[in-house]
Amino acid sequence: MTSVPIIRRLPLTWLGLVPFAAFVTLFLILPTMHIVIGAFQDRSGAFTLQNLRDLNTGTIPSSYWISVKISVASAALGCLIGFAMAAAVVFGAVPRWIKAPLMTFSGVASNFAGVPLAFAFLATFGPVGLVTVFLRSNFGIVLSRDLGFNILSFWGLTVTYLFFQIPLMILIITPALEGLKREWREAAEVLGATAGQYWRMIALPILFPSLLGTFALLFANAFGAVATAIALTGSALNIVPIQLYAQIRGDVLGNPNLGYAMAFGMIVVTAVANVLYIWLRIRAERWLK
Amino acid sequence: MSIWARIAGWAALIFGLLYFFIPLAGLTEFSLKARRGVYSFDAYAKVIGDPEFQATFTYSIMMALVTIVVGVLIVVPTAFWVRLKMPWARPYVEFITLLPLVIPAIVIVFGYIRLYNTSSWLPLTGTLFGTNLLLAMGYTVLALPYMYRAVDTGLRTIDVGTLTEAAQSLGAGWATILGRVILPNVVPAVLSGAFLTFAIVIGEFTLAALLDRPAFGPYLQRIGANKPYEPFALSVIAFGITWACMGLIQLVTRFSKHTKAAR
Repeated sequence: MTSVPIIRRLPLTWLGLVPFAAFVTLFLILPTMHIVIGAFQDRSGAFTLQNLRDLNTGTIPSSYWISVKISVASAALGCLIGFAMAAAVVFGAVPRWIKAPLMTFSGVASNFAGVPLAFAFLATFGPVGLVTVFLRSNFGIVLSRDLGFNILSFWGLTVTYLFFQIPLMILIITPALEGLKREWREAAEVLGATAGQYWRMIALPILFPSLLGTFALLFANAFGAVATAIALTGSALNIVPIQLYAQIRGDVLGNPNLGYAMAFGMIVVTAVANVLYIWLRIRAERWLK
Repeated sequence: MSIWARIAGWAALIFGLLYFFIPLAGLTEFSLKARRGVYSFDAYAKVIGDPEFQATFTYSIMMALVTIVVGVLIVVPTAFWVRLKMPWARPYVEFITLLPLVIPAIVIVFGYIRLYNTSSWLPLTGTLFGTNLLLAMGYTVLALPYMYRAVDTGLRTIDVGTLTEAAQSLGAGWATILGRVILPNVVPAVLSGAFLTFAIVIGEFTLAALLDRPAFGPYLQRIGANKPYEPFALSVIAFGITWACMGLIQLVTRFSKHTKAAR
């Protein structure tokens, strides 16, 4: 008896993914791992948790706190205003033809971040900006004195971030609003529900995962923004990205591994926000099929 | 729809539109004020004549083009291969392409600077060419989520398996299949991704500034600190470019819907 030799070809399909895998390993995974591992090492390379403990020293906690506050404020206001605008268009309070140009414009504005955006707001709300001068010469209102508003401050940065936060909210929430079925509203009305009850007991609970998820995404979006903040405030405002920028440029913390820990902290914050977004999105999609 | 709902709707929309247009109006108005008392294009003339503007702008355009080419070369074959041979790997590849949205750009470039410094195993930041390469790769990473999503959506609309088998039975190799069968079929999707990449790269600040390359974003930030009107004129130009890229995406998407209907 001779056994028939089985010629089995080596599985080679995985070879097609090698260029992609090499690229992301070299330019995405390894650099990030280097930072994450560095956050848990001391200068000699031994394992330590001291860097994470040191995050609680000096100006670092306050910079995280300001960053979180700005991100929460701009995400919350962005959600609120973006939701109101999307709802106005989707539920027919304003003519339907406005939707297409609004979506296109939102696509542009949500990508218009960075240095040019900072200059747009300086030219508008800065010391000699359009709105500042208009209010002063026509109404005698001085923004900085009478309203306590300064573009180089917490609220100044929040108002600037809203320029890309609101359009992002509109882009993401419009499909969710369109997924609310007419039948649900009609069924509620037949059962005698008021408009308020419909929103409180049906629409908002269905939209809740989408809303919270988008909030998380907007939060991460604001938390990682560097260029706008640097162009607008220089180093006047002590937020995490600006402090990390200064650390990369000149080791202002005097400890390279503490810089790694700071970057690691940023990854953790944005990762938590994004995981929340993805998880809530999966939940929301159950209703939108 | 009650009258109050209508009023609230209009109020929200008008507030939002004012929010979008007042800063753009302020920016444009301010950029025209370089000459005392009258509106003029002096600031524009000055920046466009500035050799440093020309140099940084050309550099950023070159970077954007290199990024688009590298992005297409990496994304199209990968997305094609995953759809054709390894559908089980799709969620994993998709997850990796979304990572640049999770990891802030400043952290990625921090990693580059420490991992590829002059005393490391791959001293890319030691040479000019190496640093430029690193910047292009960094931009490709930033553009990866948009590029991959665009191309994958484009591939969904064509029958990859049948097209590949048809090409193979006519004797085509993998390079021919990719270059002459698959790529022409997803051109609109690739173009959408390319224009978005262009819009992102042209004004990008963080990577270029920290790698110390003479790109448009850092130049804009630098002259913002010491010139009165020029940075505002430059910002108007940057906004115009973003606008043009988005307009082209709209155009390409409409065009692609057209070809699909004709098929």
